[in-house]
Amino acid sequence: MADDAKPNPYFKNLNAKVAAMPMIFTTLVVFVGCSLWTVIYSFSASRSLPVNEFVGFAQYDRLFNTSRWNKSVENIAIYGVVSLCFSLVVGFVLAALMDQKIRFENTFRTIYLYPFALSFIVTGLVWQWILNPTLGLQKAVRDMGWESFSFDLISHRDTVIYALLIAGIWQGTGFVMALMLAGLRGVDDDIWKAARVDGIPKWKTYLFVVIPMMRGVFVTTLVIIASGIVRLYDLVVALTKGGPGIASEVPAKYVYDFMFERGNVGQALAASTVMLTTVLIILIPWVYLEYGQKKRV
Amino acid sequence: MTNEPFGPRPRRMLDPGRIILYSVLIVAAIYYLLPLYIMVMTSMKGMPEIRLGNIFSPPVEVTFEPWVKAWDTACTGLYCEGLKVGFWNSMQILIPSVIISIVIASVNGYALSFWRFRGSEVFFTILIFGSFIPYQVMLYPLVIITRELGIFGSLTGIIFIHTIFGMPILTLLFRNYFASLPMELFKAARVDGAGFWGIFLKILVPMSPPIFVVAIILQVTGIWNDFLFGVIFAGTKNFPMTVQLNNIVNSTQGVKEYNVNMAATILTGAVPLLIYFISGKLFVRGIAAGAVKG
Amino acid sequence: MKSIEIKDLALSFGDVKVLEHLDLDIQDGEFLVLLGASGCGKSTLLNCIAGLLDITDGQIFIKGKNVTWKEPKDRGIGMVFQSYALYPQMSVEGNLTFGLKNAGVPKAEIAERVARASEILQIEPLLKRKPSALSGGQRQRVAIGRALVRDVDVFLFDEPLSNLDAKLRAELRVEIKRLHHKLNNTMIYVTHDQIEALTLADRIAIMRGGKVLQLDSPHTIYNHPATKYVAGFIGSPGMNFLEGTLTVGDKPVFDCNGQQIDTSRYQFDKSTNGANRPIHFGIRPEHVVAGRDAAEQPFNTEIEVEVVEPMGSDTLVWSQMAGHEFRFRMDGQSTVSPGEKMPIGFDPVTASLFDAETEIRL
Repeated sequence: MADDAKPNPYFKNLNAKVAAMPMIFTTLVVFVGCSLWTVIYSFSASRSLPVNEFVGFAQYDRLFNTSRWNKSVENIAIYGVVSLCFSLVVGFVLAALMDQKIRFENTFRTIYLYPFALSFIVTGLVWQWILNPTLGLQKAVRDMGWESFSFDLISHRDTVIYALLIAGIWQGTGFVMALMLAGLRGVDDDIWKAARVDGIPKWKTYLFVVIPMMRGVFVTTLVIIASGIVRLYDLVVALTKGGPGIASEVPAKYVYDFMFERGNVGQALAASTVMLTTVLIILIPWVYLEYGQKKRV
Repeated sequence: MTNEPFGPRPRRMLDPGRIILYSVLIVAAIYYLLPLYIMVMTSMKGMPEIRLGNIFSPPVEVTFEPWVKAWDTACTGLYCEGLKVGFWNSMQILIPSVIISIVIASVNGYALSFWRFRGSEVFFTILIFGSFIPYQVMLYPLVIITRELGIFGSLTGIIFIHTIFGMPILTLLFRNYFASLPMELFKAARVDGAGFWGIFLKILVPMSPPIFVVAIILQVTGIWNDFLFGVIFAGTKNFPMTVQLNNIVNSTQGVKEYNVNMAATILTGAVPLLIYFISGKLFVRGIAAGAVKG
Repeated sequence: MKSIEIKDLALSFGDVKVLEHLDLDIQDGEFLVLLGASGCGKSTLLNCIAGLLDITDGQIFIKGKNVTWKEPKDRGIGMVFQSYALYPQMSVEGNLTFGLKNAGVPKAEIAERVARASEILQIEPLLKRKPSALSGGQRQRVAIGRALVRDVDVFLFDEPLSNLDAKLRAELRVEIKRLHHKLNNTMIYVTHDQIEALTLADRIAIMRGGKVLQLDSPHTIYNHPATKYVAGFIGSPGMNFLEGTLTVGDKPVFDCNGQQIDTSRYQFDKSTNGANRPIHFGIRPEHVVAGRDAAEQPFNTEIEVEVVEPMGSDTLVWSQMAGHEFRFRMDGQSTVSPGEKMPIGFDPVTASLFDAETEIRL
C-alpha cells in the first residue's frame, strides 16, 4: 500500500464496525426487520402458519369485532390511566417526603423499592393469595369481627381489574419514587435557599418551581411506565389468568394466546401491530420533545 | 439577655409536621412490607392452620415442610420434581446470558463513545427506541429466525433472545459511562500506539468495575424475572424458575397447597431480592440508568 | 448605627466545627467582603446571617433586632446566589414578583418596585423572557433584581460573579459598586477573588478555618497584613518571604543566610525584646525597585535574573535572594534578559515581619 493512498472509507474504523455487528444485527434484523414483518403479515390470512395470502384489513376487522380484544383494550386503558396517575402522584409525594432530610432514608427506600426487584409472576402470585376471598385478607378481617367486610376483587368481573392495579402499583411505585427522588436531588440547592429567602412555603415551591423544573424527569418516567403498561402480561397470567371469563384479559395476552395456543397467527399479528401503533403514538411526541431539546442546548 | 433568642432555633420534640411525615412514610412502608410478611408466615404454616387461622397471624407451629416440598417434590403439571429443576434451568440460562450480553454491550458502548463511524448514532437511536417496542411485535418473526437457526426451544435460543433484548439498556449504560470518561485518556492511549482492542481491554475495562457491576445487577434481575421469553424460547425441558413457579401455583390439578405455593414464590423471588439487598444503591443506579438520557 | 451584629456565633455539624466564637459588627451602609479560600466558612457564615443554616450557638442582630430564630424572609435581607438560582420556568417578571405576591404585597406596589428595580438594573427589555433565554450577566442582574424588589436593608451576595467569564465579571463588579453607591444599604459579599474584595469592600474580613483572621479596610489589609497567611493570600503575585533571624542590637537587623537588612525604619507593632528570634521577612514584588533607582533605596543589593515574564503593563522578574525565591515587578517597557545581573532595592518600611512560630505580624 502506498503511503499516501487514500484509505478506503469502508475499511476505516473497521474494528469498531466489526465490534458493532451485533448491534447492527439487532437494530436492522430484530427491531426494524421483525417489526416490519409483523406489520406486513398482519394483513395476511395466516392461521397456524404465516401464509402469503393478503387480505387487507380483514384481520383488523375481526379483531375489533372480537369482544375479548375489546375488553382487553378497555382493561389496559383503565389499568394504564389509573396506574399512571397513581404511581406518578404517589411516587412523587413519597419522593418529596423522602427528601425532607429524614432519618433512616436508606431503610425506607429499600422497603419501597424491593418489590421492583421481583418478577411479575412472584408479585401476581403473592397478591393472588392475599386477595383470595376464602382464606386471604377478607377472611382475616371477618375473623376480627367485621362480618360483613367484603374485599373480593378477584372473583368479580367488574372489580378484577383493581386486583391487577393493586399488585401492579405495589410493584411499580417504588421505582417511580426512586426516579423522582433522583430528580429532586438534581434540583440546585440555591433554588431552595432563594425560595426560602423569598418566603415561599415549601408546598408552593414544589408546585410552582420544582415540579416545572422536573418536567424532563416526569416525561421520561411517564414514557417508561407507559411502555411497560402496554407490555403487561406476566402479572395477568400469574394473578388472574385473564379471568373470571375474559374480565381481566389484556392485549399482550391476546397476542400470546392467539399466536401460540389458538394457532391464529394472523389475529395475533394484527393485535401486535395495534400495540405497536399505540406505543408509537406515545413515543413520537416524546422523541420530538427530546430532539427539540437537544437542538436548543 | 437570657430571654433573648440565643443559639439554635428551639425545636419542639414532637413537631406535628414531622409526625405526619413519618406516619405517612411508615404506613407506606407497612403496605410494601405486608405481602412479604404474609408470604413468609404462610410458607411456615401447615395447611390445617391456614384454613383455620388468618393470613396475618404468625404460625403456631413453625414448619419447613412446605419449603422442602416446594424445592423438591412440588408438581408442575406432569412432573413432580419441585422447583429445583427450574432453579438450575434459570442458572443455566442466567450465567451465559449475563456474560455474553455484557461483553457484547460493553464493546458496543465503547465503539459508540470512542470510535463513532458514519451511521453509528443512527443505529444507536434505533436500538434505544427499539427497546420501547412491545416484545409481542417481534415474537413471531424471532420464533421463525431461531427455528431456522435450529436453536428454537433450546438453551442457546433463550440465551440468544436475552442477549438481543438486553442490548439496548446495556449499550446505553456503557455508552453513557464511557462517554463520561475524559477523551484525553483515549487520545493519549492512541498516541502511545494502542489500538481498538488494546484501549478497551487494557485501559477502559480495568477502570470500569462499578459499571460492570451495575450491568450485572441489571441483567441478573431482568433475566431471572423473565417469564415470556422463557416460556416461548427455552423449550419445555429448560423452563426457567418463573415459568415453573407459575405452573406449580396455577396448576389446576389437586388440592391447592398455599403454604407450598408461598414457599415456592419466596424461593423464586430470593435471587433478585438477595441481589437487591446486597447491592443497595448500585441497584438504584442500575434502574435509573434507563431513565437518564445520554 | 450598627446594621448587623454577630455575637459569639458558632456552628458545628456533629463534631465538625465550621465556625467558632465569631464576633462581627457591620455598620449601616457598609460594604463588607468575606474573603477566603474555599472551605474557610465564609459562605457558611453568610448562610447563617441569612437564616438558611441553623446556628449552634450565639446571636445575630439585624438592625438592632434579634433575628437568631427568625425565618430568612423575616430578617429583612435579600440574597444573590452564585448559580443565580432563578426559577427557570418563570419569566423574569415572574421571578421578581413571586416572593412579593406570596407575601401579599398590593399589586400597585409590586408594579412600582419591579419598575424601579428593572430601571436601576436596566433589565426592562428582559421582563417577559425566561431565564434560559438570558446570558449569564443578564441572569445575575435579574437575581440582583429579585433581591432589590424585596426592599430590604441588607443584601447578601454569595460569590455572585464566580460563574461569569473574566470580562463580564469586571463589568458587573463595577455595576455592583455603583448599585451600592446608589442604594447605600448594607452589603455582605462573599468571594474568593481578592480583586473583587479589594475593589468593592469598605472592609474585608479574611477568613480561615471558621475564624476571622483580620477585619480591616482593603488598604490596611494590603499594607499591614496581620498574619503571614493574610500577607500571602492578598496580592498577586504573592509576597516574597525570606526566612532568617532578627537581631536587636543598637538597631534591629534581619539576617538571612548572611544577607543583612537593616530594619530600623520598620514600624514594629510589638516590642521586639528578646534578641535573635527567627522571623519571616515579607516584601511585596511591587515594592521592590530595580535598576538605576535601586541605589536610592535604604536597602539595596544585586541579584541575577532567572526568568522574565512580560505581562504587558508590567514585567515580572524571578530571581533568588539569599537562597529564597524572589520576585519583583518592573515597568512593562524595560528590557531584561535571564542571566543579567541587576541592582535592586526597597524600603524596609514597606515590608512585613512575622514571627516564624506564631506567624503574627511583629
